[in-house]
Amino acid sequence: MERTSLKQYTKSARKGDFVQIHKVILAPEERPLDLPAATKAVPYEGWIKGNLLDNKAEIGDTVRIETFIGRELSGTLVEINPVYDHNFGKPRPELLSIGKEARIVLEKQKKA
Amino acid sequence: MKIDTSYSSVMSRKNEILKASTGIDYQQFEISPLAFDYEGLMNSGGYSLSDVQKIQLQTGVGNTPLVELKNVTELVRSISAPGKGARIFVKDEQTCPSGSFKDRRASLSVYHAVRLGYKGVVAATSGNYGAAVASQAAKYGLKAIILQEVYDSRKVGQPEILEKTRACEAYGAEVWQLTVGPELFYAMLLVLEETGFFSASLYVPTGVLGIETLGYELAQQVKEQEGRFPDVVVVAHAGGGNVTGTARGLQKAGSHNIVVVGASVDLRGLHMASDYDFNRKSFTTAHSGFGIPFLTWPDRTDVPRNPARALRYLTRYVLVSQGEVFYVTELLAKLEGMERGPAGNTSLAAAVPLAQELDREQILVIQETEYTAAGKLPSSQLTFAEENGVEVRRGNPRENIPGKVIVIPEQVEQMQVEEVSLAKIRESYLKNAIETVKGYKPTNKDILFLAEDSRSSVEFVQKTLNSLAAAKTEAQT
Repeated sequence: MERTSLKQYTKSARKGDFVQIHKVILAPEERPLDLPAATKAVPYEGWIKGNLLDNKAEIGDTVRIETFIGRELSGTLVEINPVYDHNFGKPRPELLSIGKEARIVLEKQKKA
Repeated sequence: MKIDTSYSSVMSRKNEILKASTGIDYQQFEISPLAFDYEGLMNSGGYSLSDVQKIQLQTGVGNTPLVELKNVTELVRSISAPGKGARIFVKDEQTCPSGSFKDRRASLSVYHAVRLGYKGVVAATSGNYGAAVASQAAKYGLKAIILQEVYDSRKVGQPEILEKTRACEAYGAEVWQLTVGPELFYAMLLVLEETGFFSASLYVPTGVLGIETLGYELAQQVKEQEGRFPDVVVVAHAGGGNVTGTARGLQKAGSHNIVVVGASVDLRGLHMASDYDFNRKSFTTAHSGFGIPFLTWPDRTDVPRNPARALRYLTRYVLVSQGEVFYVTELLAKLEGMERGPAGNTSLAAAVPLAQELDREQILVIQETEYTAAGKLPSSQLTFAEENGVEVRRGNPRENIPGKVIVIPEQVEQMQVEEVSLAKIRESYLKNAIETVKGYKPTNKDILFLAEDSRSSVEFVQKTLNSLAAAKTEAQT
């Protein structure tokens, strides 16, 4: 399962903390008309990381951040010390034997 | 005065924003409503092939090894007819600084941005190109902003793209992780307007020209090692830049008879702008969802005219299934000791059946590899697929259904390519071209352009346009 232990569950951040903000870029009604229904029904959203510029903030507050390139952006604070949690996946039985099977074919080929 | 940032307002300022952010007046290359000066646009930066080589050498891009896949070749020969089974080589592009051939594209665009005096670069891309732009920007001391389509509306991210976010941030870029939608282009325009940065789009001329060195090197290396040019080069195809740049480079090396085969993963039936379908695909690039639309209409992109025009260069276009790519990814790791990412392995999946058509002494080259990592591995993608309701099993890969079932082959004999008819693609391209200029009557110059742009003939274009017009009249009566 996901290693959620890496995530911090502190709710408040201080100036300089590394955080992630969320922005609604277009509300559903502001999106172009020619979209599939499932896409048109939801807002167009974005997430950006940076260091908190406000002195103190709680999750859910509107905050300002400085991004890696020094730009100032504002949005809703959603995560403090955001974690990369994509991983290597689970071992897949469908894949594990492929190498061995191919080796057997190659051995036969060599003998022939 | 506050600038209007509504969708329609920003889109209406598209041309001025792109002109300011690329330094290119696209208008000057327009010949008619249909035709434009393709070579003029491609060479608008004034870079020769040797200029590009010198620029890329400065940041360690290119000069990648050509590796013969001897064990994979033997495996293919074990199932080939007597005398068949070409030698398979791969160009190991993962040795570029950020781990893929995309460094070739980014290196020239970022260099160009510096030359033009821009302080930063912007690219909208969910692929390796983002990391390449961020890496090159780091080398030149420019600021980079990368916009990615990452999440569906549940904030569930495609693992491969989450890895690209990590890579871009590792190189110091500001990354916008966005939800599914074609508004990626809108977001890019917004950021370009706000910052005044250079648009390092995949489709500015430098972004395509930078790949010519790959085709050139490949042809030269095979010639040096084997005394002749390769017979077939397989290129993973998505937006068209890879095919276009590689084929142009092959030609510049003096090898005009090489068969250039485009290969994409079959994701037909999945809608690229669908919030639901988004996380039911296990490949985020080199798939048919980009490959086919970009062939039938290359100008559907984030620049007014796209210099990546794969239809001009492809001799053949084939599809492979997701399961077949996962299968060969395992083969490459276990038989050749090369653990590589999905894009290059798309070409390898096509190479296995294609090599069986060729004679033993012939040479087939897979033109790229890419780095692999968490999120990009078959195990990450298959775990993710299952979590999103996609069935994963071994069996006959022809039973693969994009978004529903991934079938990993049980034996190498089961691997096949599905041929895409380029004649049909050309017809669709001509139909799209004519639809963009409703009411305009193509001149002889236009017909010549369309023939070149679709790698067909004046006769084919005329015949197709006539039958399209006849079908239209029939529909109206």
